[in-house]
Formats: sequence, C-alpha cells, structure tokens
Amino acid sequence: MSDMGSVAIEKYRNNNYRNNFLHEVEAHVEGGEWVKMCMQCGVCAGSCPLGPHWAHPPQEIFMMIRAGKREEVLTSDSMWMCTSCYNCIVRCPRGLPITHIMHGLAHYAHRLGLAPEKQPTREFAKLFWDNITKNGRANELKMGLSLYFKDGFGSGVKEAMKNKALGQAMMKTKRMNPMEFFGGHGVKDKSGLHAMLAKAREIEDAKFEQGK
Amino acid sequence: MAVATNQTILVVGGGISGLTAALEAAECGKDVILIEKNPSLGGRISQLYKYFPKLCHPSCGLEINLRRLKGNRNVRVMTLTEVSAVSGETGNYSVTLKRSPRYVNDRCTACGECGKVVEADFDDEFHYGMKQRKGAYLPFSMAYPQRYVLDPCIIGSDDADKAKAACPMDAIDLDMQEETLELNIGAIIWATGWRPYDANKIQPYGYDRFDNVITNVEFERMLDPFGPTGGKILRPSDGKEARDIAFIQCAGSRDENHLKHCSRICCMASLKQATYVREQYGDEGKSSIYYIDIRAIDRLDNFFAKVKADETVSFIKSKVASITEDKASGNPVLHGVNVEGYHRYSNPHELVVLAIGMEPSVSRDEFPVDVVIDDNGFVEADESNGAIFAAGCTADALDVNRAVQNATASALRAIQVINRVAAQEAASGAEG
Repeated sequence: MSDMGSVAIEKYRNNNYRNNFLHEVEAHVEGGEWVKMCMQCGVCAGSCPLGPHWAHPPQEIFMMIRAGKREEVLTSDSMWMCTSCYNCIVRCPRGLPITHIMHGLAHYAHRLGLAPEKQPTREFAKLFWDNITKNGRANELKMGLSLYFKDGFGSGVKEAMKNKALGQAMMKTKRMNPMEFFGGHGVKDKSGLHAMLAKAREIEDAKFEQGK
Repeated sequence: MAVATNQTILVVGGGISGLTAALEAAECGKDVILIEKNPSLGGRISQLYKYFPKLCHPSCGLEINLRRLKGNRNVRVMTLTEVSAVSGETGNYSVTLKRSPRYVNDRCTACGECGKVVEADFDDEFHYGMKQRKGAYLPFSMAYPQRYVLDPCIIGSDDADKAKAACPMDAIDLDMQEETLELNIGAIIWATGWRPYDANKIQPYGYDRFDNVITNVEFERMLDPFGPTGGKILRPSDGKEARDIAFIQCAGSRDENHLKHCSRICCMASLKQATYVREQYGDEGKSSIYYIDIRAIDRLDNFFAKVKADETVSFIKSKVASITEDKASGNPVLHGVNVEGYHRYSNPHELVVLAIGMEPSVSRDEFPVDVVIDDNGFVEADESNGAIFAAGCTADALDVNRAVQNATASALRAIQVINRVAAQEAASGAEG
C-alpha cells in the first residue's frame, strides 16, 4: 500500500474529522464498540415495552451517535427510561447488548454532568447509591422515605400518607423495622467498605480523566 | 443395470441441482447414478407456483429436464434411496445405499385405482401438510417416475390388501423389503438442497399460535390450481379471501438467534408473491412488505423496480417486532417501528406471510461423510473433500438460476476426476 493510503486511513482512525462522537462512545461507554454494528432494523424499538414513552428509541440513539449528535444524545432522557427487561437483547438480530449500552450511555452522561437533572430514574439511582453505600446494606425504610420526600416536604407527607396502609402492614408482618430510621443495620467493616469504594472511585476517575 | 465402477458419478439428490448435475455429466458421456430420498424427482422447485424474475412456471423447466433424462441412457435413477456410508478416496469410493420399498413395481400405470380404495389419510408433504393425501398416492401430478407409492404406515393393514386387490396391473408388491447396496464410485455430487427454516422457532411472530400467519412456501402452494385452496389466496382461519397481505422479510435469516446467513431468495420471493396478489385481485389487492433492506441484485433490480412502481404494493422499512391477533376478526396485528421517520405502528392485515429463509436439508451431524462444512451448515469447496462436490443449495443459499450454474460447475469438477481415472486405467491397461 502506498504511504498516502495509510496516512489517510490513519487520519480516519484518529477521528480527526469524522465520526468524533462515535469514537468517543466507543472509547468511554460500556458496550460502545457495538454501536456501529446496528443495522437499523428497528426491532429493539418495536420490542420495548416503554417504547412509546421515549424521545428516541435505541436504534435512533445509535443512528444519532453515528450522526455525531453529541448534545442531543447525552442530554436525552431516553436511556434513563430503560427498565432492563432485555427484550431488545433477546430479539436483536445482530446480538447487540442494547440494555447494557443504554446503561453505559446513561452512566457516561451522568459523569459528564449532561444527564437531565430531574429525570426520576436518575434521581432514584442516586438515592439508592447513597443509601446502600452508607452502611453496605440497603435501608428500605430510608429508601422509601427519601423517595417520598425527594420533591419537598409537603408532597413527601402526601406520598407517605398514601402508602400508610402498606407501611403498617409491612411493619405488622415484620417486613419493615421502624427502628431502621435511627442508623439502621449494616456490614461489619464499614470503614473498610468506604475505603474500597473510595479507591474504586479514584481508579475510575483517573481512567475518565485520561480518556477525556 | 450398468455396473457402477470408479468411472461412475453418483449424484445425491434429485432436485433441480441434482438433475442438472446428473444430466450435464451424462450428456458428456459419463455414467451417472442419480439417487433421491423421496418417491419422485423434482425437489423444491416442483412446489413453486412461478419462478422469479420471468414469472414462468417451474413445471416447464422440469418437463424439459425430465425429457432430457428419458432420452439419456447414461443416467440411472433410484428413488426412495439414501446414502448411509461413504469410504475411500478420490476416484475410488465405496458407497453404501439404503433403498426403501415403494411397494409398487414398474408395472404401475398411475391409473389411481389403489388410491380410491385406501381409506387412511396422511398429511401431504408436497403441500406442507395443508392438504391430505391417501395412503396410496402419486407424490404430485408431474412425479417422475409416474408410479404410485404406498405409505409404509399402511403396510400390514386392511388398506394395503385393498390396494393390492384394486390394482388392475398387479403392480402392488407388499413383500418388498428395504435393500442395501454397495457401489463403487469415482466422484460424488451432493445436491441434497434446502429446507425452509422452522417458523415455530421465531417466537414473537406466533406462527404456532395464529392461523393467519403462514410461510412463503405455504403461500406458493395456495397458488397451485390443484393445491389445497384451488389456486385462491384463502385465510386458514375462516377460508375467506385474503386481499390485504403482509410479507415479513428476514424471518429467521440474517439473525444471530436463527440463521446467520442471508438466504438470498426471500426478497425476490416476496416481490414475486406480491405480483401473485395483483394477479388475483388487480387494484383490489394490497401487499405490504416489511423489510430491513431489499436485496435484489444485478438484473433482479429491474424486477424490484417494476414491483415498486405498483401502487398496491407498499414497503415499510422495519423488522417487525411482534405479532398479536385481533380475536374478533382473526387478523394478525403487526407491531414495530418504521425506521424511516421512527413511526410506531400496529397494523392489522388479513394474512401474514413470513419470508422464511433456507437452511441445508442435511444438518452438520447427519452428514454421512467427512467434508468441510461452514458456520451456516453449507458444504465448503475444500481440497480435503476429495472428489465430493457440493451442488446448488448444499453449497450455499442460492436461487434456482445460480443453483443450476453451481450444479453445472460441480458436474465439470466430477467429470475431471472421472477423466483422470479413465486415463490412469487406460495407461495401466496398456502396460498390462
């Protein structure tokens, strides 16, 4: 091959002028290397039980990535709507791990601070993470309460009252312990867990900074 | 019968590819044994209504080939025969054949008296089970040889005795037994062809649950004037005429969950079948083709352009996600997203035809001899196969046109082997 040819290919690979966003997704998003394999058949979009409620179904997101629509993709609430039912993965004729790519995109948008602020799934994910990492165990009472009160005190009380009967029944059958409100149970070595998570975060951040 | 020698070519499978390979070799003066598993030659093409792109009838080409066959003394045809073992090497194979009894000898004139008296009914394989046949039957009107056959299930029953008593030619022989034959063969052409992919495996399309979801091969049978619906397009659920018909492309093909390969025929088959809808109903019919991309290559693109110009045919760029059934009307409802504009649809149609792909008839583990088989089950051209050559859809997913070309090429390869063997024998004969 002539030198000129290889130079041109190298330039293309270095994404100096085309497909910048696709390359970014391939480099930073879990499962991102699969995006280019989509053949736009639409079976994922048609199979999604929440499909009618998304702004952009998966195969449209994949096309937008290839078209370089960075802002539109990363600020979209679409990938946050995925409930991990895996219908799309099962049916995809090319075997794309669509569910994983959706979560990968959501995670990437979150890290970049581009994810939609008030998106409920994102808020729930954040609450759950804070809840479970505190003691190393999920505190269901606090999880429920923080979800009720996420939009403020007034609506929180209203939400909590709506589910009063359910809460009482759970307490009666010893499914929920009201004492969990004060601290709650946890793993034995909490500081060890926190050190582990901090280290993992450090590695992850370094990787992220490096790849940027 | 001519004695098989290592200058004989064995052709396995009597469909269009096997017939072509056998005839091309025989017309070059080679000795050929053509074996077929079924009671008649003809194969899949005999079950088609029309060929694309010329829209001529396959019976015409089959008749020409059968005339060539009748006029050639070099081909020996054996039906109801299968290969059970192969050993040896190029130019010198030993082949074991298993021949099942037909229970009807060559005195049969196909008068049909036996079929009239036999009571037991069976699903007719020729019509993919859409119709019943008797336990004594002619496989189809153009069957070759034109001889009846008794279903082995009726042997030992009253029906078998009735059939024997009814035969005016004394052609029924209930004592026929399975035979095993050992043949010496120089080269082998495998033309065992294809079968439609099992539509039941495509769960979201509900072929097993909804009456009005059928396959493209079944649709072909509907158009046969002597077929299960007398040439009309009728819904299996209520027998009413279906005028609004959906075709779903890549049903099982190009899919990691099913057949990974493109079956190559289904796009053209659906375009062809859309012309059947026009033929029946004129402007009153409606065909909707759901596709990923239409693969009509080379000259076939002209056919695509012609069908596209027809206003009763519409194209929806979408792989259908699932099918449900509207209980009241029996209409299948197609759900999915049209990726041209990302429009979500739930479209009812009167009949849905799944454009089922093709897979090799003989699966990898059933193959009686060691040859190189690719990921999709097709036999690859490989030197280690020796003088075993694949023809037609044993080699790849091909339409009739390309299968015939492929079969002719494999005949040529077999002839080269035979010529080499003949030259060696002549040389050793001269020395001796």
